[in-house]
Amino acid sequence: MSIKGKAYIGGIFEHPTRLATDKSLAMIHAEVAKGALEDAGLSKDDVDAYFCAGDAPGLGPMSMADYMGLTKLKHFDSTDVGGSSYVVHVGHACEAIAAGKCKVALITLAGRPRAEGMATGTVPRSRGGSPTPDEPFEFPYGPTVVNMYGMAAMRHMHEFGTTSEQLAWIKVAASHHAQYNEHALLRDVVTVQDVVNSPMISDPLHRMDCCVITDGGGAVIVVAPEIAKSLKRPKVKIIGAAETTKNQMGGAVDLTYTGARYTGPASFAEAGVKPSDIKYASIYDSFTITVLMQLEDLGFCEKGKGGAFVSDGNLISGTGKLPFNTDGGGLCSNHPGNRGGLTKVLEAVRQVRGEAHPKVQVKNCDLALAHGTGGSLGSRHGSGTIILERE
Amino acid sequence: MAEKERKLPASSTSPETEEYWAAAKEGKLLVKKCNGCGKTHHYPRSLCPYCFSDKTVWTTASGKGVIYSYSVMRRAPIPYALAYVTLAEGTTMMTNMVDCDFDKLKCGQPVKVVFKPTDGGGALACFTPA
Ligand SMILES: [Zn+2]
Repeated sequence: MSIKGKAYIGGIFEHPTRLATDKSLAMIHAEVAKGALEDAGLSKDDVDAYFCAGDAPGLGPMSMADYMGLTKLKHFDSTDVGGSSYVVHVGHACEAIAAGKCKVALITLAGRPRAEGMATGTVPRSRGGSPTPDEPFEFPYGPTVVNMYGMAAMRHMHEFGTTSEQLAWIKVAASHHAQYNEHALLRDVVTVQDVVNSPMISDPLHRMDCCVITDGGGAVIVVAPEIAKSLKRPKVKIIGAAETTKNQMGGAVDLTYTGARYTGPASFAEAGVKPSDIKYASIYDSFTITVLMQLEDLGFCEKGKGGAFVSDGNLISGTGKLPFNTDGGGLCSNHPGNRGGLTKVLEAVRQVRGEAHPKVQVKNCDLALAHGTGGSLGSRHGSGTIILERE
Repeated sequence: MAEKERKLPASSTSPETEEYWAAAKEGKLLVKKCNGCGKTHHYPRSLCPYCFSDKTVWTTASGKGVIYSYSVMRRAPIPYALAYVTLAEGTTMMTNMVDCDFDKLKCGQPVKVVFKPTDGGGALACFTPA
């Protein structure tokens, strides 16, 4: 059985805030849920499935379902694979709808790392009382988000000759898009020189190779075909979805590829399309290197040729061959709760609906892809890909 | 050469891994080898992550290897070099590069093990240019 055409995106919402000192975490989850329901033209009591990840307070969906007053749930899922969770949730919602378990699936994300003053990328984090089996053999060495991705970038440079200037083009493209997004945290257009001259955080990643740290969140509503027909919104059909995890292979470490090496081909096969058919791509952008490696693994270019592919504005809407992250992405606009997968889905839906900012809207955008990576390219991560089609 | 060295935290041990940490205190690097499939793995498990055999045994590594990748964390109170080192025995481990000029590190560079004291009287396998 395939999920192709079995479910649609009914509603979306991105919280406009980027600093939520005046809000509780639960409150942001509820606000984005309300926003997405209003976008769809549905009410709270239409929701019969709820999806959340580790950013939601409490154990799985229980606390949030209670807080939001979701009383009609027949299905739920709290799969947590970091920032990729919400792309994976869309695929899981399609499966549940295809299996007849539910008709209106709500997915929410919220976080407030800025309000909490969290040192997101530069301090090693321990899991304390219940360490993962890898932790005793890694934590003492000081792995952080940035130096782990830094090792992936360093190896890519070593094997394929990728340069800091090539990586910088990814940030440059994101900044060209972010200038039009009134909610983006960083709206200044930057140059390759600006990126490579920004302070080194952990070699070879500069400050501008890193995504923003923001509070906020977003929500997506996945609906059954008969619900989609009843809504007064453009129809965005999900035609492919795939997920996997990639790890250290028991010490046969290979940092040159990501889980997208599986989820790309698998989701394209299910959708019956190929990378060159895609008009717009939301690509997880925790760091510039994340984008580059995923583009290779998804099949938009050959392995090792990502540096050349992203150069010279090739990712900029209107001029490049593959417009990406036209909201400014995690690099410039929003990376709510340090988890960027949900906002990847949102901008892909806007593009397919024709509702992106006019300055970045891709013409006749009938086919889009959203991809997420959660965890670390330097050790273990989850990957999720979905392919969306306008009906 | 880094002027000050970062304090290394102690690792939690378990019945599955206490031999590794006891050996480290004596300056020996252990890796797990599987008598089922013949492969060496790291971090150490009781069941081989390649063939799921329970016939895994501790072996003493030569302490020689090459840098697979590294990244120098500049935004720390005391900058340090996180690295993956591929051991002569074939498996790759996370580590720190120590007692060296961080600006001269390279992927593929030959390195050798050196043990550094941790909080709580333990020792941690780090590497330095060979
Ligand atoms: Zn084995």
